[in-house]
Amino acid sequence: MIGLQHYLTVSAILFVMGVLGIFINRKNVIIILMSIELILLGVNLNLVAFSAYLHDLVGQIFAMFVLTVAAGEAAIGLAILVIYFRGRGTIAVDDANRMKG
Amino acid sequence: MIQTIAFYLFAIMVVLSAGLVITARNPVHSVLWLILAFFNAAGLMLLVGAEFIAMLLVIVYVGAVAVLFLFVVMMLDIDFSELRGGFVRYLPFGVAVALVLLCEIVIAGGAWEAGPVELAGRTALAPDPAAIPNIQALGTLLYTRYLFVFEGAGLVLLVAMIGAIVLTHRARGGVRQQNVRRQNIRRPQDATRNTNPPVGQGVEL
Repeated sequence: MIGLQHYLTVSAILFVMGVLGIFINRKNVIIILMSIELILLGVNLNLVAFSAYLHDLVGQIFAMFVLTVAAGEAAIGLAILVIYFRGRGTIAVDDANRMKG
Repeated sequence: MIQTIAFYLFAIMVVLSAGLVITARNPVHSVLWLILAFFNAAGLMLLVGAEFIAMLLVIVYVGAVAVLFLFVVMMLDIDFSELRGGFVRYLPFGVAVALVLLCEIVIAGGAWEAGPVELAGRTALAPDPAAIPNIQALGTLLYTRYLFVFEGAGLVLLVAMIGAIVLTHRARGGVRQQNVRRQNIRRPQDATRNTNPPVGQGVEL
């Protein structure tokens, strides 16, 4: 029988894979954004699994809000990527130092 | 039985495609694997009865976000082979961090198993799915107790949309545009003139 533990395992693996993707694709900001989407997907899976386990709908409501923020973040991130590419002709972010931060 | 098989199918597929998202050489392939991961995650959510979230995942992620990614990847003319450099250099560090994170998550899950934290009283009990479907229950909750949070989410999307437009909008010079004010203040006597040219001569413009 499939229980909560199985879902938590899958979502933990997804989350960790997202973090790993950020580390191994340090230069390619598109893959970094996709890794962030993977992380948020893992979090959503966690919320939904707990929602089903506890018979409480609030988890699904919050999964929806996470989805909303993820969509907005992807839109803004890709817009920043487009203007960054327009200005520099590359998207390698490991040498992004325009703001001298 | 069929549930168990479906769970393992979806789980293995989602983990496999997540791994391929972060290791694929071509970002277009990465986006396609991401779409597969979203589909399988939606399947996992369907299995626990969260139908609305599953459908939302397919509509929002596959229909909008993944297509946006695909659009940007294909629109920008990027030399991706150059961006691959450092993959091997960062791999040990990344795997170390990922392993530490995974161990911490497992330990946290184990601690939660060993001594259950006293959960606060559940506030929105899920109704019997046979009587009230998932979508109806979610909508009832969303439009009553979480109405202001819901409107806040709408505001977040509005700000994201305006922000994306403002960031990427480019005012191009050298383009003829309609100037309504100039059109309105223009009078016939300023714009036209009557001439009476003699025969055989043209009009000087």
